[in-house]
Amino acid sequence: MSATETQAGANSLRSGPDGRGRFGIFGGRFVAETLMPLLLELDAAYKAAQADPEFQRELDFYLKDYVGRPSPLWLARRMTEQLGGAKIYMKREELNHTGSHKLNNVMGQILLARRMGRTRIVAETGAGQHGVATATVCALFGMKCAIYMGATDVERQKPNVFRMRLLGAEVVPVTAGAGTLKDAMNEAMRDWVTNVHDTYFLVGTVAGPHPYPQMVRDFQAVIGVETKEQIMAAEGRLPDAIVAAIGGGSNAMGIFHPFLDDPEVKLIGVEAAGCGLDSGRTAASIERGRPGVLHGNRTYLLQDEDGQITEAHSISAGLDYPGVGPEHSWLSDIGRADYVGATDQEALDAFQLCTRTEGIIPALESAHAIAYAAKLAPTMGKDQIIVVNISGRGDKDIFTVAEHLGVKL
Amino acid sequence: MSRIARRFATLRAQGRGALIPYVEACDPDYDTSLAILRGMPAAGADLIEVGVPFSDPSADGPTIQKAALRGLKGGASMKRVLEMVRAFREGDDGTPIILMGYTNPIEAYGPERFCMDAKAAGVDGLIVVDMPPEEADLLAAPAAANGLDIIRLVAPTTPDARLPIVFNGASGFVYYVSITGVTGTRTASTDELAAALPRLRRATDLPIAIGFGIRTPERAANAVSVADAAVVASALLNTLEGTLDADGKATAKTVPAVLEQLRGLADAVHAVSKTASK
Ligand SMILES: Cc1ncc(COP(=O)(O)O)c(C=O)c1O
Repeated sequence: MSATETQAGANSLRSGPDGRGRFGIFGGRFVAETLMPLLLELDAAYKAAQADPEFQRELDFYLKDYVGRPSPLWLARRMTEQLGGAKIYMKREELNHTGSHKLNNVMGQILLARRMGRTRIVAETGAGQHGVATATVCALFGMKCAIYMGATDVERQKPNVFRMRLLGAEVVPVTAGAGTLKDAMNEAMRDWVTNVHDTYFLVGTVAGPHPYPQMVRDFQAVIGVETKEQIMAAEGRLPDAIVAAIGGGSNAMGIFHPFLDDPEVKLIGVEAAGCGLDSGRTAASIERGRPGVLHGNRTYLLQDEDGQITEAHSISAGLDYPGVGPEHSWLSDIGRADYVGATDQEALDAFQLCTRTEGIIPALESAHAIAYAAKLAPTMGKDQIIVVNISGRGDKDIFTVAEHLGVKL
Repeated sequence: MSRIARRFATLRAQGRGALIPYVEACDPDYDTSLAILRGMPAAGADLIEVGVPFSDPSADGPTIQKAALRGLKGGASMKRVLEMVRAFREGDDGTPIILMGYTNPIEAYGPERFCMDAKAAGVDGLIVVDMPPEEADLLAAPAAANGLDIIRLVAPTTPDARLPIVFNGASGFVYYVSITGVTGTRTASTDELAAALPRLRRATDLPIAIGFGIRTPERAANAVSVADAAVVASALLNTLEGTLDADGKATAKTVPAVLEQLRGLADAVHAVSKTASK
């Protein structure tokens, strides 16, 4: 969307997806015929919006005065000292209105939905951050809003459920499957297919059928664009590594994308390893999955031999998803980005490390990125730089963390 | 001529419409679903859809979702589904079998091997719910090589300009999803159907089946009065569900109850005289 984002040439890694919505073999539009005309309409509407300076002006206005952008790039001095290696910078997405990066994307899509004349919004949510962001803009623009959330997640993210209801959204608990993000996604798609005439499906991550992975990435790329400017201003050079947590992959794709053509910058996505990569209780789709088709796109999926999707596990509701955005699957296959895991325990430790050394309570999702950065930093020189994406704040997670620390609230 | 084309040609010659019932494989166990499948032709089924259970049936309503989960619990796998069709074929060489399911289990099995094994088992056509024409190349070549019909879905949202894209590569028949929504919920009105059919007829010579939301003999008869076939799924699955015991196991009532309901639907469909239409 921004100048840097539109300059991608044919040889650029930033030029995807192709006309079919593919990144290599990944992506595509695997949806029922009922939805296909809507996706084509959405694609056309998005292209028209991209080409319209007025749309960009409107988005910039809301990003600045409502979301609160730009978000700072913070040099984490005490954490850097304690880890004794590379300099750690934190991209402070947790400072956005509603407390996570999710609003960047939601702001873009709600403006698009309005342009398309839609009056009702449906969305899926895991941790509730995307649901809260969606409910927020629906309140802002006076639109009807239904949020589908797995029943398990409704239970472990109560503060966000209450927030969404305060904002006027209808929160629909989904009991199918394990009652997590995957099931919420199915149910949101069912709502959309039933209410196509007035409803816009506001996808919260870089997954789903084309053009969602591209569109959500473009709206989140503001993270990486700002990071690039900020690190150049602070250090006069690009970072050696960028680390971000991977649920569906939107905060990671947003910060990675503007750096795809800068090979000196290592891009590292941290998946939720849950109880351990080989425990069978993990959400590490790239590291432990196989390519398959779910929720409208081909991507790495946790699945059994017969192609049945298996349940993911993570302490963090926002990472508890058996798939991943197709562009990440492609970046992994071509070796441009590395994907690693952080366990529940490592995330809990990093949650406390960040809180105690920086006075920043990170979301458990972001704590996975911090956990890996904390491993990586001591192996690097003091003149090297890591940027960690702090995708959200951890207020929503204090109950979960308290429980794991054996504290009754 | 494929089994599907032959069946529709016969029906047309007889001036009759077709009833296409649906049975979910291994719901709630292999033997029960095979018994239902085997009993369907005698109960009036002209073609049969066999559902391939998938963990995430995002285009289906609660009834088929539950059936799919029961099927998976009952041991369904692609191999098992094909085994079931093979067992059915031992006693019936005329009734076309169409597998209905989602892309991922086919992709996991391997599209080439799947088409070969499906043909060998006696499958005639495929409906892949989440595979629109834009993604159809995954199956087009192996399906054609093995003589499997690819049945395309058309929806009320499909604009006229898109119909040629949808019908390009379609064979067997065309499946009109009569409502915007998931399976087993709303029912399309007579007026909605009457308005939809001419625009499809203008775009294809293939027989047209109507599905999604047909629950009663009256609705089924109404559907074949304008189209060539009626698909009934959720209504039969609801009946099946109602006969299960507290543990979700089949009872002595399960197979007869489903087949009896099917008989009622078939009688209504076959009472419609179609000599004047088409
Ligand atoms: C704070 C935060 N970070 C990360 C994620 C994971 O999503 P994504 O990978 O799309 O950034 C979520 C999802 O709910 C989240 O709330």
